[in-house]
Amino acid sequence: MRFDTYDPDQFYDELFKSPQQPRSQGQVLVDKIHGLPDGELLQRQRAAQEALCKLGATFNVYGESDGTEKIFPFDVIPRVISAQDWHYLERGLKQRIHALNLFIDDVYHQQKILKDKIIPEELIYSATGYLPPCQGLNPAKGVWCHITGTDLVRDLDGEWYVLEDNLRCPSGISYVLENRQVMKSTFPQIFREIPIQPVDEYPSHLLATLMHLAPDNISHPTVVVLTPGIYNSAYFEHSYLAQQMGIELVEGRDLVVADGYLQMQTTKGLQQVDVIYRRLDDDFMDPTTFRSDSTLGIPGLMEVYRAGRVAIANAPGTGIADDKVIYAYVPKMIQYYLGEDPILANVPTYLCWEEQQLQHVLANLEQLVVKAANESGGYGMLIGSQSTAAERQEFAQRIQANPRNYIAQPTLCLSRVPTILEDEFYGCHVDLRPYILYGQDIYIHPGGLTRVALKKGSLVVNSSQGGGSKDTWVLCQEENA
Amino acid sequence: MLSRVADSIYWLNRYIERAENVARFLEVNLNLILDLPTRVQQQWQPLVATTGDKDFFEKHYGEANADNVIQFLAFDQTYPNSLISCLQRARENARSVREVISTEMWQHVNAFYLLVANTANDLTLAELNQFLEEVRQASHLFAGIMDATISHNEGWHFGQIGRLLERADKTSRILDVKYFMLLPSVRDVGTPIDELGWIALLKSTSAYQMYRKRSERHLITPAEVADFLILDTDFPRSIRFCAVQVERSLHLISGSPMGTWRNPAERSIGRLRSELEYLTVEEIIDSGMHQFLDRLEQQINQVDQEIYNTFLDRQPVQPLMQTQSQSYFLCISILSIPPPTLIPRRLFWVLTYCDFVPGLQQNNKF
Repeated sequence: MRFDTYDPDQFYDELFKSPQQPRSQGQVLVDKIHGLPDGELLQRQRAAQEALCKLGATFNVYGESDGTEKIFPFDVIPRVISAQDWHYLERGLKQRIHALNLFIDDVYHQQKILKDKIIPEELIYSATGYLPPCQGLNPAKGVWCHITGTDLVRDLDGEWYVLEDNLRCPSGISYVLENRQVMKSTFPQIFREIPIQPVDEYPSHLLATLMHLAPDNISHPTVVVLTPGIYNSAYFEHSYLAQQMGIELVEGRDLVVADGYLQMQTTKGLQQVDVIYRRLDDDFMDPTTFRSDSTLGIPGLMEVYRAGRVAIANAPGTGIADDKVIYAYVPKMIQYYLGEDPILANVPTYLCWEEQQLQHVLANLEQLVVKAANESGGYGMLIGSQSTAAERQEFAQRIQANPRNYIAQPTLCLSRVPTILEDEFYGCHVDLRPYILYGQDIYIHPGGLTRVALKKGSLVVNSSQGGGSKDTWVLCQEENA
Repeated sequence: MLSRVADSIYWLNRYIERAENVARFLEVNLNLILDLPTRVQQQWQPLVATTGDKDFFEKHYGEANADNVIQFLAFDQTYPNSLISCLQRARENARSVREVISTEMWQHVNAFYLLVANTANDLTLAELNQFLEEVRQASHLFAGIMDATISHNEGWHFGQIGRLLERADKTSRILDVKYFMLLPSVRDVGTPIDELGWIALLKSTSAYQMYRKRSERHLITPAEVADFLILDTDFPRSIRFCAVQVERSLHLISGSPMGTWRNPAERSIGRLRSELEYLTVEEIIDSGMHQFLDRLEQQINQVDQEIYNTFLDRQPVQPLMQTQSQSYFLCISILSIPPPTLIPRRLFWVLTYCDFVPGLQQNNKF
């Protein structure tokens, strides 16, 4: 297979500047693919899919009756990011996470940013992610958002934008690790010739980040991954991460508060737990503090947490910064807390709770993407350009009924990467979710999940909506550069 | 090890072993029928009795003919002990402990499940035989993979206990049913049909070749067959062998020295094991084979229940937790079923096969 007839069209293509003109970071890759015998690439694509099937990298789709797992489709053409671009992203992400953490801490303490009228107070109190019981809490080592999976996109001109911050329980890292493993066995030769940053260190960094949170007087802390259970859409990942870190994967029903500590039920009796990496939403964590109908959580957990006897990552309450209305204020937060200009830009965002902006949104639904402030996974959104008049009308009613809960953004022309569709190269839209760990300091994992919309022309990359993934290659800095 | 994880490994192994035994029962019966003179009624009823779920069968199927029993035992998704249900549950259990078991084990359980799930329920006789053999092989392969790919630590021992308790229970049940079916028929004693029946019994427990080989007693007599299946020291499907191994695993988990006990589970299995070690088959026959096996099955259930109480049971439920209380109440209802000794004799034969304790425990898990 060759790229001779591949046309990047008017889009920003990650691999090609123009037809037959690869970008410099993609040159070797394109040459290598051209060097493969006929049919070889397709055969490797199939082999890679099979390998992933065997590894059992699956996810569940909610609302499907059989409730079984699906394989996350994978495309072997990687997305290549130059060392220079990566350096820029790293700086931007560090700055952003730093400011977001200061913001969350401020919201749950003095609320200076509200008093100084940078962010309207009513937006905080009306956010579903704001948890009053967390007021005044001091999470271990002063960090709230330990694990973040920021969604980034590029527009027509190649400019990077932050689409969402995902500070609660971002998933997808297991695919990053498994995709790489499969790619290394699919194209060993290419890996030898291109200096690609390895990704396998993630579990070690994650474990170190989690252990860092344990109270200082505990030399061998017990760290666990808390999962809602096998029917959760990301169960595979929970189990994978626990396995990779060699720690227990627990469910709420394994845990109990006893003698003022969080303990897990083992065959030898109760055992103290010091740090939880929870993959459970805030609301469900403790029925005595949050949703009383939660059967997944642990009654009394928050008491133990408040007493500093267990650390929770990410800290309960972090979700406030995930609100899509709050997101719009992140550039202001960066200026407010750090006194710096934001390195990474936000996607321009209309806030429906402001009357003027609401009118603009309602009048231009067809050109906009409307999102509910607190949904994720591609649920609760309207893509104006791909919707019917009836859908738009229905959405307009929803917005008017609850303007606080909606934002709108222009439809972005996401960048594309050549992808094998029906045995041909076709430019498919992608986004990028790098993973950021905040322990002793901020660590940006070199790579991230490149999600790709596998339907021709589609802009939705979510796995629950028919998206797939690609390996992400971050190139090493040239030694002499 | 988390109690929930130990429980899942235990049931994973029990379900796989149960699936294997169901396949054995079907396979041997299909073979036996081919050898029987046509005037003899086809022997499908005993198979239903072996499962202990006669009531379920009669309610949903009525007549015990080949088609009904095969559908019931192999493909009925509503019947919790069918092949397909066993594999579904085994897989769910495996999935919930994927990070603890080896990748090879998970992949195999997954493939095993797919083998059964993708098999149509209208197989020809030849296909059915082939399928049942595959099931048996897949179960052996599972045991082998588990043995060779995970550390023989606590989890592995819980798996062993699950497998061996299930095996002991099934050996006992099939012996009980066959003994009842084969022996009282005075007319048939010493006829070829009689001997075929005993051979079928041995084959259904993979015991035929080992039975023939052991020492000088090659001939097939009812007492010798029972002796072999209950009391043999070396045959891995004999009840005594299973009890010895269960006790060993239990002590390796708890760290209690052999010959002592520190919890009810160790006491029960130790008592059962030593009883089996000093019994003779003559004593068993004198006291009544059925009564003996029946009590044995109760003892096995008791060991299972005590292991659950000692190692696997979770904390008493706090009032706020709603889903947990469901399983909690089920536990209580298990315990509140009257022990069989309180049930009138005549009802006894029917109730014996109501597999109630393990049957309810499956529900307890899901």
